[in-house]
Amino acid sequence: MEALETISEINAKPFPWFRIICLAPLLLWIVGLLIIPHIQLFWLSFLQNRHPEEGFYMGNYLRFFTNPIYWKILLRTAVYAILSTFMSLVICFPTAFFIAKLLKGRWQIGLIIIVMLPFWISELVRTYSWMIMLRETGVINWILLSLGILSEPIEMLYNDNAIFVGLVYVSLLFMLLPIYSVLESLDDSLIEAGQDLGASRWTILWEIIWPHSIPGVMAGCIIVFMITLGNYLTPVMLGGKNSLYFTQTIYHQFIIAWNWNQGSAFGFLLLILSSFLVWIGLKVSRQKLTEVIK
Amino acid sequence: MSSRKPGTSMTLKTIYIFYIVAFFLFLFVPLIINGIIAFNNSEVPSFPWQGGTLDWFYSSDDGRMGIFNDIKLLRSIGTSLKVSFMVAILSLIVGTTSSFLFIRENFWGKQILYIAMILPLVIPGVILGISLLVFSNELIGFLRSVLGPDLANIFITILRPGLLLVVLGQFCFICTITTLVISSRLRKFPLELEEAAMDLGASHWDAIFSITLPQLFPAIFSAGILAFLLSFENFATTLFLVGSKPTLPILLFSKLRFSITPEINAISVILMLFTSILGLIAVSVSENKKY
Repeated sequence: MEALETISEINAKPFPWFRIICLAPLLLWIVGLLIIPHIQLFWLSFLQNRHPEEGFYMGNYLRFFTNPIYWKILLRTAVYAILSTFMSLVICFPTAFFIAKLLKGRWQIGLIIIVMLPFWISELVRTYSWMIMLRETGVINWILLSLGILSEPIEMLYNDNAIFVGLVYVSLLFMLLPIYSVLESLDDSLIEAGQDLGASRWTILWEIIWPHSIPGVMAGCIIVFMITLGNYLTPVMLGGKNSLYFTQTIYHQFIIAWNWNQGSAFGFLLLILSSFLVWIGLKVSRQKLTEVIK
Repeated sequence: MSSRKPGTSMTLKTIYIFYIVAFFLFLFVPLIINGIIAFNNSEVPSFPWQGGTLDWFYSSDDGRMGIFNDIKLLRSIGTSLKVSFMVAILSLIVGTTSSFLFIRENFWGKQILYIAMILPLVIPGVILGISLLVFSNELIGFLRSVLGPDLANIFITILRPGLLLVVLGQFCFICTITTLVISSRLRKFPLELEEAAMDLGASHWDAIFSITLPQLFPAIFSAGILAFLLSFENFATTLFLVGSKPTLPILLFSKLRFSITPEINAISVILMLFTSILGLIAVSVSENKKY
């Protein structure tokens, strides 16, 4: 029977090993490096640091809720992340619209590449640039002193505003690109039709452009929120050792207090909070995760 | 254009243009100033301009260590290059095989696997780091109890925080990105081309290696550069997994805790040039390509 099959039919059959060879590395990655480590992290968070042999222990989580400093820091971190997300949306939308709708061809591509340039550079360099701008002996102080606006230098680093500026700065692109790509896909004739029918600028913006751009806006918001909530480098560099950012609390538990169990519990709380807020974002915008991250 | 009040429309336009200019100034001024200060002959990374110098690049003085004479810094660059190269290669291989699986194959549980594959992008980097740290620690304990302390020692040295863990930790989320990039290109690639090759007698493997992969090369190459850049700058995940050999971002971070000198500006200049060039190469290779 086999001899009767044409060459094409033999070859068209999926190579028997093909699926296995493609599946094996993927499974090793997903199961070995993601699922098992997270299960262990989860398990560890329910053990007591000094007496792990005693088994199930809720104390690591109870400490979070009974000790106000911890949940206040997490709340603070979430507020930062939400505010930074909103701020980058406000900053990016007009720019994305400008590049997507008011520029054409080479200018459009050129400007998008220019916007992307700073984001290929490491986050450390970008944040450091703000450090030397904001320091007491930094560039902004020098400018204000030379102009005579200030008589004494003021420390603009290591406070909440510095963290906020830094967080917005490092995450702008992740807001801009998704909004740019939805606006780019908006047919210009829809806007023209609105204009022909006598709609005002604001009506067109509100009735045509904004509804069309919601998927991109949501995608941008979710990505920026995630990045900001889990950021460690920028809050610590611009906010100093006492920036009170939740990732710093996790670092402290793991590396300095050497209480991995407590750190794991905090890690899971951060993960739960971020997943929950992302889930709400997806529900509100009626989107799927697989579509947001394309 | 049917604007009814030309006066307000002109002011609006002017404000808009100003806004766009301000946006780009906000984006680039800090970086440009950072770069200029690298050449300022001053001990403090700030203005006023006190004449140009290349000390922060070449000097071998103790007080003004230039980056090309700073052995620790050079070593960390070496470590970073090694790590990023391995992460890029590993992410490309697994990213390519996974893309073929997701685009070309159908099997039970594919959708769940796809969602699991995307999850690392939604997990904060810090948590990826600590979960792998915990995992390696548990694995060491497990190996000790199974193999006995002597035999286990061989594995323990590589499972401790260090290069292997850093590579695996970064791979965890960078591979998601390479998989997404490569599979979006593979989805557009016509299956007929592969089938035609197989009709002409090529095996499935031959068809993939001689038709599909070469055609996808631009996409794979630029995904590789992206992976390299993401790995090179990674901080949060690496922080928990790094051993005695720091990567460049980790070293710079610890330097900044003690003192802020224009040496950091000098390395910033190098990094800005290096990453922009790599990024531009990635864009120009994948731009205007069909797949």
